[in-house]
This record gives sequence, C-alpha cells and structure tokens, in this order.
Amino acid sequence: MAQSAARNVTPIHGDGILPAGTVAPNFTLHVTPDQTLTLSELLGRPVILAFYPADWSPVCGDQMALYNEILSEFQKFGAELLGVSVDGPWSHAAFAETRHLHFPLLADFEPKGAVARQYGAYRAADGFCERALFVIDKNGIISWSYCSPVAVNPGADGILQALEDLPK
Amino acid sequence: MATLKMPITAEDHAQGPENAEVTLVEYGDYECPHCGRAYPIVQQVQKHFGRRLRLVFRNFPLGEMHPHAEAAAEVAEFAGAQGKFWEMHDRLFENQARLGDALFEDLAEKLELSTSAMREASEQGTFEARVRGDFKGGVRSGVNGTPTFFINGHRHDGSFDFETLVSAIHGAMDTAKSA
Repeated sequence: MAQSAARNVTPIHGDGILPAGTVAPNFTLHVTPDQTLTLSELLGRPVILAFYPADWSPVCGDQMALYNEILSEFQKFGAELLGVSVDGPWSHAAFAETRHLHFPLLADFEPKGAVARQYGAYRAADGFCERALFVIDKNGIISWSYCSPVAVNPGADGILQALEDLPK
Repeated sequence: MATLKMPITAEDHAQGPENAEVTLVEYGDYECPHCGRAYPIVQQVQKHFGRRLRLVFRNFPLGEMHPHAEAAAEVAEFAGAQGKFWEMHDRLFENQARLGDALFEDLAEKLELSTSAMREASEQGTFEARVRGDFKGGVRSGVNGTPTFFINGHRHDGSFDFETLVSAIHGAMDTAKSA
C-alpha cells in the first residue's frame, strides 16, 4: 500500500471516500451518553472504522452483527473496531444491547455527520453515512478504504485482507 | 463478484456426485429463520436437478444472535463424524423452533448416536475448530449473512426462491458447457 505517500488533505464532502495513504482525520465522538472516544487514543494499533447508515437494520445478515461475530479475528491483529453512524448515543446503546454487540458504536450525531463528511463518507441527500470501511494503521494513516453500495453488506473479507497486508 | 476461497475437499459434507455439473455450496446457520425457509427449497432444487447437482453444506453460526446455533452446528458435526451428517442436518432444520439440549439428545437417540459421547464432544469442544474453520473460510469468501449460496464457486447474490436458484444453476450449467 501507499503509506509512503502519506499526506494531509482538505476534507472532502461526499464525492469519494478518503483513499489509502491519507492521514486519518482525528475526531472525538460519544461512545455512550456520558463517554467519548478520541481516535488518536488508539495510535499504536490498527483501527477499523466502519461507517454504516443506521442502527436497527432488520436482517440477520446485518453488517454490524457480522462484525460482532468475527471480532476475535480482528483482535488477532490487535485491531480495534469502531462502528460509526449518525444515530445518537441512546439509540446506539439500545441497538448494541439488543444485538449483544461487543464493540463501540460512535455517534456522529452533533453536528450531524461531521466526521463522516471528513472521511468523505456522508450521504448529504439522505442524511446518513455511506457503508464505508477504513483500515487505519498504527501510525494513524489510512491503509485501505472501501465504499460499498448502501444496500450491500460489504462483509469482512476486505478488512481481513487489509489487516493481513499491514506491515508487521 | 465474491468467490469461494475454500476449495471443496473430502472433509466437506456433500450430497450428490463429485463430478456433478454444478456444485451448490450453502453457508448456513441452523437457528437462522431464513436458512429454515431455504431448507425445503434446497431440497426441491436437489430433486429438480438430480445427479447433475452436488450440494455442500458449511457452518456459519451467528452465535451472538442465535444462542443455539453453535451447539447445533457442533451436534451436526458430531453426527457427521459418524456418517450421519445429513440425517442430523435435516432434523435440525425440521425442528428449528425447538433447538436446544433436549432436542439434540432426542435426535441423537433417534439416529442411534451415543448421547454421552455427544455431551462429551460438546464439553470438550471437539468440533469447535471445524465449525470455526467453516465460518472463517466463509468470511474470507464473502459470506456476510445466512444463508449464502455459491454456485460453482461464485456467490449467488439473488434471492433463494426455487425459481431464482434453478435459473442461476441453469446459467452455471450453460457457462460450464461453453467453457
């Protein structure tokens, strides 16, 4: 991957997600109603950022549910998985509890979609996030990104491949 | 298009001839209601194609969502180790609403399998690695939920009603012939 081409970029808005080689924009978001998480706290290990349109997708093949089932595979790479949508922290809390999710869901809630916009992963016309995936290396550089059609579960094969491709 | 990354081996549970024109692989979860709906459809499809089709079943239990899915998968593998995989597979789907230890013991008895050996396998996690292996291979092949079907190694992204599956399998047969 093009880590050597790391560069700072001006945030783009909805016309393409940030590509590999870009410094991952830092952010602080609510992970519960009274707790926040800052991306830079996770420097030193890989991070998987999974933007998704909304909590409460009604199918068994739900993307977040799938990631929940394979968390241990991500953890083998020491990677931290973060889900991000524009839902508020109370919605996330209820969603995570119902689905027994064992990873944080971040609320890109106020200002709405601000972080998603920075990653080029906001659908302004719809008011929610793209189904966009980012693997960020231990130095905070995006090493892989992928945007799936919004109705298509992108699965985890791309993430696992990207984690495998990270320099050891 | 997503393709099957794990080749079919002698370890797989298969019905139908090895040299069948088309191999249909299903990644399934015994507790998933969609898989439950797919079960009789797949049987119809098998009947329709006869020996032109080989069916392979692999485990993809979504254990966080379906509390009995992993145990059911291990029970089927336990039966499989004694040559009775499909008998157990069928009965698990036919009794999907009753999945649990009582049903597993009941089915083991009906299939003349040792219930104590089955309990021991469950306690020792004898078939855990096998089930996990199926699951991991599925993830790498682009299985994102259940059921997911592969027709001659290509993921079937359409619906799994009888007509759609039959027409997709015919398509694969045509492709195989023209290749």
